[in-house]
Amino acid sequence: MAIWFARSRTLVSSLRQNLGLSAIFIKHNYSSRRPVFTNSQLSPRVFLDPFSSYRHESTAVETHPYLVQQSDHEDDAQELDFPGGKVGYTSEMKFIPESSSRRIPCYRVLNEHGKIISDSDFIPVSEKLAVRMYEQMATLQVMDHIFYEAQRQGRISFYLTSVGEEAINIASAAALSPEDVVLPQYREPGVLLWRGFTLEEFANQCFGNKADYGKGRQMPIHYGSNQHNYFTVSSPIATQLPQAAGVGYALKMEKKNACAVTFIGDGGTSEGDFHAGLNFAAVMEAPVVFICRNNGWAISTHISEQFRSDGIVVKGQAYGIRSIRVDGNDALAVYSAVRSAREMAVKEQRPVLIEAMTYRVGHHSTSDDSTKYRAADEIQYWKMSRNPVNRFKKWVEDNGWWSEEDESKLRSSTRKQLLQAIQAAEKWEKQPLTELFNDVYDVKTKNLEEQELGLKELVEKQPQDYPLGFHN
Amino acid sequence: MAARIHGGAGAGAATALSTFNPKKLVAPSRTNLPAARSSKRCIVAAAGSDASKSLRVGHSQKLIANAAVATKAETSATTGTGHELLLFEALQEGLEEEMDRDPHVCVMGEDVGHYGGSYKVTKGLADKFGDLRVLDTPICENAFTGMGIGAAMTGLRPVIEGMNMGFLLLAFNQISNNCGMLHYTSGGQFTIPVVIRGPGGVGRQLGAEHSQRLESYFQSIPGIQMVACSTPYNAKGLMKAAIRSENPVILFEHVLLYNLKEKIPDEEYICNLEEAEMVRPGEHITILTYSRMRYHVMQAAKTLVNKGYDPEVIDIRSLKPFDLYTIGNSVKKTHRVLIVEECMRTGGIGASLTAAINENFHDYLDAPVMCLSSQDVPTPYAGTLEEWTVVQPAQIVTAVEQLCQ
Repeated sequence: MAIWFARSRTLVSSLRQNLGLSAIFIKHNYSSRRPVFTNSQLSPRVFLDPFSSYRHESTAVETHPYLVQQSDHEDDAQELDFPGGKVGYTSEMKFIPESSSRRIPCYRVLNEHGKIISDSDFIPVSEKLAVRMYEQMATLQVMDHIFYEAQRQGRISFYLTSVGEEAINIASAAALSPEDVVLPQYREPGVLLWRGFTLEEFANQCFGNKADYGKGRQMPIHYGSNQHNYFTVSSPIATQLPQAAGVGYALKMEKKNACAVTFIGDGGTSEGDFHAGLNFAAVMEAPVVFICRNNGWAISTHISEQFRSDGIVVKGQAYGIRSIRVDGNDALAVYSAVRSAREMAVKEQRPVLIEAMTYRVGHHSTSDDSTKYRAADEIQYWKMSRNPVNRFKKWVEDNGWWSEEDESKLRSSTRKQLLQAIQAAEKWEKQPLTELFNDVYDVKTKNLEEQELGLKELVEKQPQDYPLGFHN
Repeated sequence: MAARIHGGAGAGAATALSTFNPKKLVAPSRTNLPAARSSKRCIVAAAGSDASKSLRVGHSQKLIANAAVATKAETSATTGTGHELLLFEALQEGLEEEMDRDPHVCVMGEDVGHYGGSYKVTKGLADKFGDLRVLDTPICENAFTGMGIGAAMTGLRPVIEGMNMGFLLLAFNQISNNCGMLHYTSGGQFTIPVVIRGPGGVGRQLGAEHSQRLESYFQSIPGIQMVACSTPYNAKGLMKAAIRSENPVILFEHVLLYNLKEKIPDEEYICNLEEAEMVRPGEHITILTYSRMRYHVMQAAKTLVNKGYDPEVIDIRSLKPFDLYTIGNSVKKTHRVLIVEECMRTGGIGASLTAAINENFHDYLDAPVMCLSSQDVPTPYAGTLEEWTVVQPAQIVTAVEQLCQ
């Protein structure tokens, strides 16, 4: 509400009394030398400056002793004052088009043949780092293949692969520091792999055995490790996004040199939590990096049926978040983008959105057969010609850092290690009955104690109906 | 299991499981019994020591005239004089003390910062602790609840305020799937020490959406604890205990109780999250209640005492889990139970409590458990209608009289 006055200060004070306004902020418009009286609880400055120091100054009344006599003409003003700041106006009625004529381009460093595009900006990667990145991408491929087969053989109940998204998984992890807290969706085991989770530990979680850190309480692929700063995967889609804003908030409060990094798929961006998480992170100025894996499919829903915007990157600006679209199958581009985003998030205490374009080569999960809703040759094309692992491999090989011999050694030893891990995990005993009732609370409540006792008695009465060791 | 009150008037006897019908409780036949006679009947029966049918009155002298006095079982002998304050101030005091004590405690919610909260529970905190630690959030309950969970998993201890409990329905996904579950599904690796609090219950003509009883919906969620405060003393004590708990706790406040005044101790105290509060010891009947209904019960208790009854009133306070120890001891003593709640008939706290008491203390009951609840209707706006959707003291008196026959 803007009230124009042409009088002196005395009118201001009588206004204050008459309207009972607790705060009248008088701001001098220096360009047109006209005072603008706004009745607002928050100073307009709040919306323009970093929020941390100004909020409580807003209720202080600022008075200018000199008030210049004004005319009441509004047409000389180039801008209008509204809550939220100044905004220009136009007499031409024009709607913003629903899409811009050109789609936001995607940042890419390596071409399909594994050659660096000339004049690319990117953060150089050392031989050691590049080789490690490639090894992990290949390991992830082998792991996905073996575990998927294990599910098909009935040895584990469920699995989902990250085939086609190895570059996003590994390159993003490589760009982060170990203190950065990761909140995954579910298609990012590569991040955990990078951080040092062993193949045996992955197998244990999938089999839900006694060595599983999750104590057999979650489905396969719902990995979690507080040691590795990787929050336990939670099945509902997008719930991790507002949580990431909370993690960013906590890191900001504790002034840590770390950020929250969270992943979401293209489908997950339709959830309300996507909007909420991004909006909150922006308003809180929380250090969060949102990485959206736009892989084209949400089970059987193609992105054309998921949203009508130009992907996800354009949504960032709607929340006041800096964003970039990157070729998710280009490991070097992903590495540079995530590394820069992370620095921005921590140094500038702001959220950043990265849309990584890619393709989900595998089925959604072992419960899905994607040939039912998409062409087999489309899948084949992405698997062979647009494969991120091969592309990066070419670059690493061209640099003389990797050979075919290294390749076969890595693949066979990883395969062997995985098969052994699966065999061991399968044989390892399962969780005892006591784990059914632990960790619901820090200390078991009375009703849980009773229920546990009841179940124990039942099992002891008929031990033959229960697996060995079930009730120890 | 119908509450067939033996000896009661046929048409007038309200069955515990039928839809609560106030008219039925005050059926004409009831009024034929003069009040004096019914009370005399109780005492006579006791003197005849007919244990099976009568009410056990230990010593008639023990009938306390001032039934409305709430005995504070946990109050330690106060050395200081204590200080008087309103319930919302007690909540604020508890919150402020915990924020002083532990820098990880923070507050988030809508308008909690410089505005001080819609019910002024966070008044002055933003000025003292800064507006990052007392955080104003945009309007999205699922988001700030999720945010609180993420922050808790990273080491903070957020106190999440829902402007009205009803709005937390929007946060159900985060509360159920993440708050309650993540400690368990992560194998104990991550704890979620959040406190989710806000005003609920039927207010004064706030309309259906703002008069909800969320404890009904949340009670099934595994992994959370629920408590309801009802006095300034227990409000402060429960707030502090909830913040210190490692489990997620939902603290139910009531819109109409914020201005209750009471004198509380100067020295520091906390209340046990899982304990019920003995409001008035008695011998004839156990009345279990919580939150605002406690006051309706105590009002009814005044009338009941004048009529010669000796009700034992327990404020259950802990809605999940129930304090079956205190409740059980009371049932074993009085053998009759009346539950008075604000929840709806179907699926409320009363329904669960009835089941728990029947399962655990069936042998000790002389009459079926009776539960007075609100009807299964959205709370109407019109004052007259709203009044009858909430259990009133007169109905409590009649129910006790029926149960005690």
